[in-house]
Amino acid sequence: MSRESRVIRALKIVIWCGAACPVAWMVWAGFTDHLGADPVREVQGVTGLAALTLLLITLAVTPLRRLSGVNSLIRLRRLLGLWGFAYVVLHATIYFVLDQSLSLPLIWEDTLKHPRIFVGMGAFLLLIPLAATSTTASIRRLGGQRWAAVHRLAYLATALGVLHYLWVVKWDVTNPAIYALVFVGLMLPRLSLGQPAPKRREPAKPSILQSNNPILP
Amino acid sequence: MLIRRPPDIRSSEITEERLYWNRREFIGAVAGAALVPLTTRDLRLTTRDDDKLTPYKDVTSYNNFYEFGTGKDEPAVYARDFRTRPWKVEVVGEVMKPATYEFDDLVKGFTLQERVYRHRCVEAWSMVIPWLGFPLADLVKRLQPTSRARYIEFTTLDDPGQMPGQQSEMLPWPYVEGLRLDEAMNPLALMVTGLYGKPLPNQNGAPLRLVVPWKYGFKGGKSIVRIRLTSAMPATTWNIVAPNEYGFYANVNPDVDHPRWSQARERRVGELLKRKTLPFNGYADQVAGLYTGMDLRTNF
Repeated sequence: MSRESRVIRALKIVIWCGAACPVAWMVWAGFTDHLGADPVREVQGVTGLAALTLLLITLAVTPLRRLSGVNSLIRLRRLLGLWGFAYVVLHATIYFVLDQSLSLPLIWEDTLKHPRIFVGMGAFLLLIPLAATSTTASIRRLGGQRWAAVHRLAYLATALGVLHYLWVVKWDVTNPAIYALVFVGLMLPRLSLGQPAPKRREPAKPSILQSNNPILP
Repeated sequence: MLIRRPPDIRSSEITEERLYWNRREFIGAVAGAALVPLTTRDLRLTTRDDDKLTPYKDVTSYNNFYEFGTGKDEPAVYARDFRTRPWKVEVVGEVMKPATYEFDDLVKGFTLQERVYRHRCVEAWSMVIPWLGFPLADLVKRLQPTSRARYIEFTTLDDPGQMPGQQSEMLPWPYVEGLRLDEAMNPLALMVTGLYGKPLPNQNGAPLRLVVPWKYGFKGGKSIVRIRLTSAMPATTWNIVAPNEYGFYANVNPDVDHPRWSQARERRVGELLKRKTLPFNGYADQVAGLYTGMDLRTNF
């Protein structure tokens, strides 16, 4: 195994450990009565924040890869994205079950009536096709270009997630504002990345599987 | 607009809707059951019609008291050394004899009563709390309002040295709340000096706070140092900072949502599933008459 592969494998272990921390903390806190008087609210806060943090880290992979020149960093992106999606699913499930008692009319009404729920639901639904096409087989089946186009939905989903967070807080928007700034910071290099694209059309069709060309997202 | 008063039918007699909700709760309960082994708390899966007391520990560790920090657990930590004696309460405005009272002199002569009230936060959670206090109406009578008095205003202590939350300009301090005088005279409005048979813990607004059980919790000013009677509607804190989200009246109303979340249902602290929110927090019979002829959608 090359040195780079070993580093990637080590980073994957770090990601597994780090991403499992919030869920491990919730289990520990549940058993030791550290979730406070309203455990559901606490768990919703933790899962929501974990989801958004992981989605932002996922979006940071491509800029980091360009800055560092370490192309194999791309191999961490799926792991990060899927962990983020796992927390989104947990977050949404708690909302469906405990807040809305699995009542479709209640969920429908809440979604249409409240922009905060609407954008949150939007982010959840947008991420489903991304998770579903996260396998290598899907990349092959769709083709790198089409796959990348679909996966640009991650930008929109994350933006909606940030907005959802901003609308949750009662008054003090400091934390959501930090998330929003990080998101904008991660999107800025992507806007300028659009320009040098023509140069890269010359070689054969880039495939996300082996090409060194950075393919967004 | 006429106020839709709830029919004089007990909820226990309304069978069909209850069955509907029970079905929903059952489905939710089965799905939620997986979560229960994860906590040692005495969490109940389904909601009930009863109003079981919220444990003392939860009442005193889950607080919105931004003067001591915005985290629910922060007031219990940062109010620990809060000094509630000596404590003065200034009475000003439309009263016969404006004066400053020592706390003990102000409350002397009122017999403390225990009142178990539902407490509904604007954030859609609720508790059931055995308060200790005396009717605000009795206090107002003793303060002798002039004929011009129409409103009553309560001001919380402004002391950034003791209240770390006030070191940030998150809200315009001091915190101000108020009621229409006829609301204040309603027998349910309570001046509170204790809970669970003990003196009021600092994090719950010691030594003196207001509790208005048919309104959202933020209407109940804590650690009160000034009472002002006035002819004009007072400017109240949350209404100043977000007038589209928090009205002066702030009556609990399941039909008028907060712009960002539903007020139709609430989570009773200690329960997993949400329950329906009742108009005027279940006190419509006693207070709906105060708002006859008012459009409660515009006067939210």
